[in-house]
Amino acid sequence: MRSGFAAIAGAVFGTGLWLSGMTDTTKVQGWLDVFGDWDPTLAFVMGGAIIPMVFAWRLTTGRRPALGGAFPGPPGQEIDRGLVIGSVLFGFGWGLSGLCPGPAVASLSWGGTEGIVFCLAMVAGMRAAPSVRTQLDARFRPV
Amino acid sequence: MPQEWLWGLAGGAMIGIAAALFLLVNGRVMGASGILGGLADGTTRGEAAREGMAFLVGLVGVPALIVLARGGESTHAGGHLALYIVAGLLVGLGTRLANGCTSGHGVCGISRLSVRGIVATVVYILAGAFAVLLLRQLTEAI
Repeated sequence: MRSGFAAIAGAVFGTGLWLSGMTDTTKVQGWLDVFGDWDPTLAFVMGGAIIPMVFAWRLTTGRRPALGGAFPGPPGQEIDRGLVIGSVLFGFGWGLSGLCPGPAVASLSWGGTEGIVFCLAMVAGMRAAPSVRTQLDARFRPV
Repeated sequence: MPQEWLWGLAGGAMIGIAAALFLLVNGRVMGASGILGGLADGTTRGEAAREGMAFLVGLVGVPALIVLARGGESTHAGGHLALYIVAGLLVGLGTRLANGCTSGHGVCGISRLSVRGIVATVVYILAGAFAVLLLRQLTEAI
């Protein structure tokens, strides 16, 4: 049951990514090309995605998830080193390739060698993250 | 195409509805890097791992069927494979260090006015714009 709904969520997410143009690397890079030929489409994608979620978060107060368990706790407030360094690295890779994790996975079946190579490298980067985080923490004093 | 923004809005709404479903039914934050990363490094186990796997099956499978039926789809990814290795490593490492990507921080974080989500989104968009600027300069130079 839980996995069934997770699969539906994944399917709707993937279809939305494809329909919106997020799986087209030229559109993503066009959106990031603020000093060139800027493509505003992704602003509409972000806006369209955030609106249903604003209502969804409101519905969580005083309730429980439909299939039991608990909703995620309030978000952390701390702007730490990992958040900033990680987002810089992620953004740079996103700009270079036009791919972020969701669209990269969603387009696996038609993304060609580039898409598969990107996903394999991404998984390798994810697996390396815990040890990189430990090394960062050891080298620098906590902020 | 003039109606591209409309497709963007419609596709975006689907992304938001998927995230709302995953939150309200399963009680989980729909973050692509969190779901994939937790499975990749083994930190997600049991029930959550099964849900994560099912999510990925839907995420890969349904767009695959649509594109197979329609044909002619392309991500327009091209250029040197080394670029995709470097970019993939950066995206994988970065999203896990930052604990989220475009879906987790961008969609789920901003919609609940999470300070971390907003800061992360501003930072990765600036870094992405810088990378594209650099890429454009290099391509023009060649």
